[in-house]
Amino acid sequence: MFYIFCPYCDEHREEEEFHPKGQAHLSRPADPDACTDEEWGNFIYFRDNPRGIHHEIWVHAIGCRKFFNVTRDTQSYEILESYRMGSAPRITQLTDKQQS
Amino acid sequence: MQKYSGFGLLRHALTYHENWQRVWRNPKPKKKYDVIIVGGGGHGLATAYYLAKVHNITNVAVVEKGYLGGGNTARNTTIVRSNYLWDEAALLYEHAMKLWEGLSQELNYNLMFSQRGVLNLGHTLQDMRDIHRRVSANRLNGIDSEALDTQGVQEIVPIMDCSANRRYPVLGASWQPRAGVARHDAVAWGFARAADAMGVDLIQQCEVADILTEDGAAIGVETKQHGAIYGDRIGCVVAGNSGVLAKMAGFQLPIESHPLQALVSEPIRPILDTVVMSNHVHGYISQSDKGDLVIGAGIDGYNGYGQRGSYPTVEHTLQAIVEMFPIFSRVRMNRQWGGIVDTCPDACPIISDTPVENLFFNCGWGTGGFKATPGSGHVFANTLATGRPNELAKPFSMFRFHNGALIDEHGAAGVAH
Ligand SMILES: Cc1cc2nc3c(=O)[nH]c(=O)nc-3n(C[C@H](O)[C@H](O)[C@H](O)COP(=O)(O)OP(=O)(O)OC[C@H]3O[C@@H](n4cnc5c(N)ncnc54)[C@H](O)[C@@H]3O)c2cc1C
Ligand SMILES: [Zn+2]
Repeated sequence: MFYIFCPYCDEHREEEEFHPKGQAHLSRPADPDACTDEEWGNFIYFRDNPRGIHHEIWVHAIGCRKFFNVTRDTQSYEILESYRMGSAPRITQLTDKQQS
Repeated sequence: MQKYSGFGLLRHALTYHENWQRVWRNPKPKKKYDVIIVGGGGHGLATAYYLAKVHNITNVAVVEKGYLGGGNTARNTTIVRSNYLWDEAALLYEHAMKLWEGLSQELNYNLMFSQRGVLNLGHTLQDMRDIHRRVSANRLNGIDSEALDTQGVQEIVPIMDCSANRRYPVLGASWQPRAGVARHDAVAWGFARAADAMGVDLIQQCEVADILTEDGAAIGVETKQHGAIYGDRIGCVVAGNSGVLAKMAGFQLPIESHPLQALVSEPIRPILDTVVMSNHVHGYISQSDKGDLVIGAGIDGYNGYGQRGSYPTVEHTLQAIVEMFPIFSRVRMNRQWGGIVDTCPDACPIISDTPVENLFFNCGWGTGGFKATPGSGHVFANTLATGRPNELAKPFSMFRFHNGALIDEHGAAGVAH
């Protein structure tokens, strides 16, 4: 069971209050009509799906109902940070210690 | 290959079963193969078998990082059926079903394939409309499929609570009599043994760490244990790790990896002689020959490679099972585990060429690829032998996510199975 920190409620809550919403920091093409089918398809369907550090969106569904970002290791499931929408992650790759 | 038979069993009893031939060799990899298959699960092993058997290509290696059939092949709830909605998917799964029907004999290996029927329950009017539509589509494709009402379901499964005053009453079901279950390990072992006998090298404990390319074409794989192994064509059949392999080759797939769990109960006397699935309350159940109830859960919503799932998911699943079968409320659960499934946005697989020449992927089977094992191997062998997909495989190109020709099977694949 994850214990997730909501950066808006400023509290840790149980996983059951949240829903995961997939890869974070995807920016919608500025002019969708100008996209090729390939560019649009890539935006809609293709994902990083890394084995390791993943930046992902969660929603505090039965709490404040706000969306936020989480950096999590998809192999150990360790949650490394939660941060608000619009801000950048502090942790972007495994440090040497975590890798060993 | 030593032939298995009842007589052989008796003969070996005389020597205390100490002289059975090893089921497959454990060869050192050669430097170069015609085809390298990455991933020794059921699909990879079936691919190797049909490459040798149908296409006469035997200079083949299956490279597996763990042990054969230790991935999702060993972790699934073994449901086999072919009653999918859309022609493309229905034809592919029915192709597999036809292969299943003669497979134990063909492989001379008891797959314990048991056509005990599968029920997909409907609990709402919309469920029932979808069931009628799917059953009709199945029949047009020559697939055995019937729509049952509550009474019809109750007759097949007397222990299910079909009373009208449940929170989720059973209004009916689709019923495929030819569907059923098979022994998952035996499927991997049967294909492995037969492929090995035709000369395929099964290389275990050998992890692919990189895909070697030259001028935009794949030429081999770099392995952790045995260095570089070269191949004219490379087929990746690595289920939950497909994204990792694609990244090695420098592209993305429309796939996300999720934990999917199953659990089994303590063994009990025979009580359930068919398979029951419900999209709506989200659970599915059958009983193994050992007597344990085999129960499948839904995926965890987050990406994960940890081969374990979260407890809330287990709890929700058992709520669904008890909703359908109050009689099981006091059965104790024995073991629980997870696999990593490769889910695709339209709930259909990817059997495809890729942006890298000579590199092919067979993945995206997600929560429901066990049933397709022989069919998947059969069509993918054809792709690897000819370099082009055949009619059955063609709709499953990864590039459908660019041209929009998706095959939306979320209805028929609604419950993870
Ligand atoms: C809990 C659960 C229940 C399920 N229930 C059903 C069901 O009832 N019916 C159904 O039809 N389907 C079901 N499925 C889905 C089914 O199990 C899979 O779709 C199917 O088994 C996939 O087979 P595969 O051979 O492609 O994958 P796997 O058996 O996972 O094989 C992939 C192999 O690739 C290897 N590999 C990965 N990375 C590397 C690397 N870098 N180098 C070398 N080797 C590598 C892995 O070790 C693994 O052995 C279920 C799955 C789960 C997890
Ligand atoms: Zn909150």
